[in-house]
Amino acid sequence: MSDPILQVNHLSKSFGSNLVLRDIDFTVNTGDVISIIGASGSGKSTLLRCINLLETPTSGEILYHGRNILSRGVNQAEYRSHVGMVFQSFNLFNNMTVLENCVAGQVRVLKRGREEARTHAMEYLEKVGMAPYVNARPRQISGGQKQRVAIARALAMDPEVLLFDEPTSALDPEMVGEVLSVMKTLAESGMTMLVVTHEMAFARDVSRRVVYMNDGVICEQGSPEEIFGHPKKQETVDFLARFRS
Amino acid sequence: MDRLSLLFADIGKLLGRYGGAYLAGVRNTLVLALAATFIGCLIGFLCGILQTIPCAKSDHPVKKILLGLLRVIIRVYVEVFRGTPMVLQAVFIYYGLPYFTNNALRFTSVWAAALLVVSINTGAYMAESVRGGIISIDPGQTEGAKAIGMTHVQTMTSVILPQALRNILPQIGNNFIINIKDTSVMFIISFTEFFAVHRAAVGATYLYFPSATVEMIGYLCMTLAASFLLRALERKLDGDESYELVQADALTMTAGTYNYPDRGSPFDERNPEAVKSMMRESLRRQAEQDEAVRQGQRAERRRETGPSENGNRKGER
Ligand SMILES: Nc1ncnc2c1ncn2[C@@H]1O[C@H](COP(=O)(O)OP(=O)(O)O)[C@@H](O)[C@H]1O
Ligand SMILES: [Mg+2]
Repeated sequence: MSDPILQVNHLSKSFGSNLVLRDIDFTVNTGDVISIIGASGSGKSTLLRCINLLETPTSGEILYHGRNILSRGVNQAEYRSHVGMVFQSFNLFNNMTVLENCVAGQVRVLKRGREEARTHAMEYLEKVGMAPYVNARPRQISGGQKQRVAIARALAMDPEVLLFDEPTSALDPEMVGEVLSVMKTLAESGMTMLVVTHEMAFARDVSRRVVYMNDGVICEQGSPEEIFGHPKKQETVDFLARFRS
Repeated sequence: MDRLSLLFADIGKLLGRYGGAYLAGVRNTLVLALAATFIGCLIGFLCGILQTIPCAKSDHPVKKILLGLLRVIIRVYVEVFRGTPMVLQAVFIYYGLPYFTNNALRFTSVWAAALLVVSINTGAYMAESVRGGIISIDPGQTEGAKAIGMTHVQTMTSVILPQALRNILPQIGNNFIINIKDTSVMFIISFTEFFAVHRAAVGATYLYFPSATVEMIGYLCMTLAASFLLRALERKLDGDESYELVQADALTMTAGTYNYPDRGSPFDERNPEAVKSMMRESLRRQAEQDEAVRQGQRAERRRETGPSENGNRKGER
């Protein structure tokens, strides 16, 4: 196996006295599609945000190709440009059109030329089915469409890993499908993905590894068959039972 | 009725003798108000940006101390210039400089003095507006920008400031209109703006009311024109409410797809029949689109109201 893209060692995070993540160990290899499931408040978002350095971990290390990105002197912005993130609330830039949303980062961060950036952005907007809407502004498109643009914006940076934090939770039910199908296509194309989700069907059918988090620790992880078919821990059984009913 | 004709006659007399002076006054007032509003905005943006530099607990102590000091200085500046009358600030600065430097330094032009006073006054108000405009942009967009690797400066210049500027545009307009009127206190340092002409004219003719009528109408024309232009600018910045739906095979329609920011129509250079049918198709899709938007989207409206909690100067001076 080639060297892992990301290796999280003994990661802990507390907000004040509230210990949210406890001694998390976790590896992401090239081509992994990992679903992170768990009850609300169990620390899933915090884990993703720590990986993307939107939160500063309290202790532990995050190795990116073997280099600890928490050590001094690491260019955090540069690191973030390799690790894409898709948020629950889309977080598109409201002052830009759909196309500009996907171009801005390439031009300003990756220093690509405008023409090149546009062509590149169009390629991904095409992939997520948003090419017809390049001139629209975020306030003019639906939630599902916004999320697809957000995915294209992240992809346009050519990230090595893409983090998704409950990408469909803010969507009306009829729009969940369009976003999930884009994510499924992405997974099939070999993109390395880390997905926090409550969509158990997605976790079961699309991901190759499922991580169950409970109360700030990784309680159990394994293949979808192991977690959904033969969970070993009682907490996992109880959590999944709530979804079956 | 004959009172009215008398008024017209007196105004005619005034304009005959002082018409050129009134016009020069209007010009001076407008130039001063415009320049001072512009410089004031620059000051305001600088202060607003400096005040909102994020400061984490883990940052270097020197940075924390510098940022703290900066915030205190800006706070003092804002409170002093917002909290004293501009007419007094003019006197204070214009006469204070030679007084303190024992006449070594003095303002060689009243223009420079007037511009300085009105600018820093406007800046004090704008500093608060800009700060409010920046913190009113939802932090999600900052995270979105960070997540694609933008630095703080890039996030500010690409994402936050353009939106903050749009949100505070009404307040910039407000400041401009207030400056048109309030520069009238600059007569105190013998700056010959529009109102100073009135003082000169009535001093010689004693036609107080007719000259005041001229002044009222003159100021109103200036402020109405400013209002109108600002509204037009806002509409322009907001862009179209609708957008061109590029057809499904967008990549083939490079004309429409790649021509931003010129914003040409994707239907340029096509034959009229094809254009018509494409327009119909586009409208149909737009209708479907609108339906989807109605169902799917509730937020994002907020922006239209913008920040209003601060910086409203109306009647404060
Ligand atoms: N910025 C924050 N400040 C304080 N507490 C936070 C913050 N973010 C998250 N938390 C707390 O951390 C815990 C885990 O939150 P989160 O990671 O969002 O859970 P999940 O995404 O699994 O629902 C919650 O108890 C939450 O209240
Ligand atoms: Mg969460």
